[in-house]
Amino acid sequence: MTRDEQPATFSRRAMLKAGGALVISIGVPFAREQARADGGTTVAAAKPALTPDQLSSYLAVNADGSVNVYFGKMDMGQGLAIAIRQMVAEELDVAFASTRIFIGDTDTSVNQGGASGSTGVQEGGKQMRVAAAEAKRVLVEMASDRLGVPADQLAVTSGVVRAGNDAARTISYAQLIGGQYFNVHLDWNGKYGNALYAPGKATPKDPKSYTVVGQPIPRDDIAPKVFAEANFVTDVKVPGMVHGRMIRPPVAGAVPVKVDESSIGDIPSAKVVWDNGFLGVVADKEWSAIKAAQQLKVEWSALAPPFPDQAALYDHIRKAPTRKRDVGKETGNVDDAFKSAARVIEAEYEWPFQSHASMGPACALVDFKDGRATCWSGTQKAHFVQTGIAATLGIPQDHVRVIWTTGPGSYGRNDADDCAMDAAVLSRAVGKPVRLQYMREQGTGWDPKAPASVHQARAAIDASGNVVAYEFLSRGFSRVDVDTNGSQPKDTLAGQMRGVELKSGDGFGVPGDSYGFANKRTAWETIAPLLDRASPLRTSHMRDPVGPQIHFASESFIDELAAALAVDPVEFRLRYVKDPRDIAVIKAAAGKAGWQPRPSPRKDQTGDKVSGRGISYAQRGPTRVAVIAEVDVDRSTGKIWARRFTVAHDCGQIINPDGLHHAIENNIVQATSRTLWEEVKFDNKNVTSVDWRSYPILDVTQAPEQVDVVTIDHPDLAPSGAGEASTRPVAAAIANAVFDATGVRIRRAPFSPDNVKSALS
Amino acid sequence: MSQKFTLNVNGADHAVEADPDTPLLYVLRDDLGFNNPHFGCGLGQCGACTVHLDGKPVRSCARPVSDVGSQKIVTLAGLGTPDKPHPLQAAYVQEQVPQCAYCINGWIMTAAAFLRDNKKPSDEQIRGALANVKCRCGTHMAILRAVKRAAAMMG
Repeated sequence: MTRDEQPATFSRRAMLKAGGALVISIGVPFAREQARADGGTTVAAAKPALTPDQLSSYLAVNADGSVNVYFGKMDMGQGLAIAIRQMVAEELDVAFASTRIFIGDTDTSVNQGGASGSTGVQEGGKQMRVAAAEAKRVLVEMASDRLGVPADQLAVTSGVVRAGNDAARTISYAQLIGGQYFNVHLDWNGKYGNALYAPGKATPKDPKSYTVVGQPIPRDDIAPKVFAEANFVTDVKVPGMVHGRMIRPPVAGAVPVKVDESSIGDIPSAKVVWDNGFLGVVADKEWSAIKAAQQLKVEWSALAPPFPDQAALYDHIRKAPTRKRDVGKETGNVDDAFKSAARVIEAEYEWPFQSHASMGPACALVDFKDGRATCWSGTQKAHFVQTGIAATLGIPQDHVRVIWTTGPGSYGRNDADDCAMDAAVLSRAVGKPVRLQYMREQGTGWDPKAPASVHQARAAIDASGNVVAYEFLSRGFSRVDVDTNGSQPKDTLAGQMRGVELKSGDGFGVPGDSYGFANKRTAWETIAPLLDRASPLRTSHMRDPVGPQIHFASESFIDELAAALAVDPVEFRLRYVKDPRDIAVIKAAAGKAGWQPRPSPRKDQTGDKVSGRGISYAQRGPTRVAVIAEVDVDRSTGKIWARRFTVAHDCGQIINPDGLHHAIENNIVQATSRTLWEEVKFDNKNVTSVDWRSYPILDVTQAPEQVDVVTIDHPDLAPSGAGEASTRPVAAAIANAVFDATGVRIRRAPFSPDNVKSALS
Repeated sequence: MSQKFTLNVNGADHAVEADPDTPLLYVLRDDLGFNNPHFGCGLGQCGACTVHLDGKPVRSCARPVSDVGSQKIVTLAGLGTPDKPHPLQAAYVQEQVPQCAYCINGWIMTAAAFLRDNKKPSDEQIRGALANVKCRCGTHMAILRAVKRAAAMMG
């Protein structure tokens, strides 16, 4: 063992002498007192700096041998916490039940990127796996010294290191390091966020020996929620806390020019907080704050209505100046190939703005006092919110602590980060802890939106019916008009409302597939936002960012090609798909669904009630998914019931099959909702989708009858994301099934009864 | 302005002072510390704030506290405990239903009243009874499995 691998052990006196900065921080669960109680030791352990290159930033062994896992990504309810504990328990050779996980507290975890891009296991788990492997290596080395047995003759079972079967020659992790901290340096790549990687010298286990990874261990956070024992972020209370509510302009972009505080004079505790476009109220009681926000008389700046007619949205997207063009992938010579085509097939598809519309509007509690802020937030990215609050309040980042606490649902950059910043501004203004929850109309009307877009596809067919060239262009609002987190004031409403300099980012994407067309170009173009500042139609990441819209178009178009060439849609895909794992998911879905080869559409149905089936597939990073939808369509009402889904899913190594199954099922249902129902409506002045009537989502009467899931496990491959991938192919699978049933191609989402009825007529 | 009310919550009386137009939700959450019902919409559209009033599921966000009177209020915490779970609570854990879990008051409290009054319901009856409850995470398949499991437990 090298010197820097010794556990850090200091007396408290020594720490205080050293400047007092090393006193064990509140919230670290095995403080000095506990160590004393458990083992009678007077030794206090100080945690090395919370930096990515320290093993102690990820793991600690308590005096009782239990293991603390410190994780810098967040679990949005898909069982990530369990998966990470499984990966750690596996590598450390401790019982799963002996692990505890501490998530998303900036005081105890490093910035591993938060919940982001389905990388919880793919990147976050990868890091925790190598950290745990290194911890085991170090512990076995320490045991080797203590037992006088070479490390390669030691084995670990449930946190006890043994030399063969000699019961006298054992030593536990608790005896080796319990209650003290690792002081082991890791080989950090210098990056924060999703890209953070800091391995040690250890090699992780051979997957063939896994006993914990791959097991369907249930979530333990469900029972406390079902018995109302768990705190959501909405439930956190601190002494002296007051309630805040925000006031948004009736015309997007308008700012208050006159605020009549006397209009809330009958609510004694209510105070107005007004800074440029930022306008909120606080009051002692929540209902008082709500009434004050409703009652406050505000005169707003006169402003030309900022938005086009909604009916002209897609024309606007087609005609607006291109802000950025990016050719994602190009092979061969596409333009020449089109010139020599025997036949060209073209189509265009449209996708609306969509809202996260989380189950509850965002909530945050910020306590700003003496130049320091503590924030409880349901954000997906606690460390970025820490940076954002520091920037918003003009204080050092290490004067801000963000404590992630389960929020009311999250699927990306929803309203959570905006809410944390608003609460910070309110707390500073009134000098008290402020709990802010948005109202429903703000949760749906003012969250960052998934971008609306238009997608143009064309294919060149030769005389023998082969696809010789393919071109696909997405054109829409940027996926990062505001960034994917609230770390900079320019990307939050609080910053934009208060007048910071803006910088809208550009990004979209291209289809994820392995179609081996000889000449192929996939590209994207972005246009400027409709309103550049504090817009209720600002756009950012929502579950599988731009995946649903792109693959609705690309996989509908592949189906159009198959139909034009009178080829079975599964057979057509298998002709061109090159990647073996892609081929495997398509075949697995078709096999499970009992797919009978024939071209679409069906021609054997008459009457109003018809049925059809459709397939779609996509890659999302290293993950690939094929989805088959079977739908019933009522031509007289335009109503679609997506009755049955068959999903084949390959995300490499499976960590927890039960968690994976739930994640897939929930993706399928939510994506069905987005496909059939969801569209943010707006008029010239503002967003008009402000509640569940004006932004309908799927209800349980429309839930599928059956969702069959086939998971393909590759224990020898790295695990890849499953949080979003199965959202991606759903819209096209449904559209292709509707075409199969009716012979009519739906090229605009959502497929609401009105839209479908008019498409069918 | 504010008046005194006595509310019977989960079997015990609680005295509280509130403006009479305050929705029951805020009195339960902020004044009495019953966090179980959640604010989802404030409009009675989603169900996240559902409690029972004399056994009937009610959206507490849209019910002024002055309308409650002597009706007995039961929240999710009053429906069952880890030691004595309501069949729906047991089924929710067994089926691992929620994703974010913010909606569960609506589903469990609404389904509890429905299953009490409707033995051996069909799939269609269950869906119909829960048509006005929202879940944004898309856990509907697991919800249906859990309600059917609870229905079987309740005979």
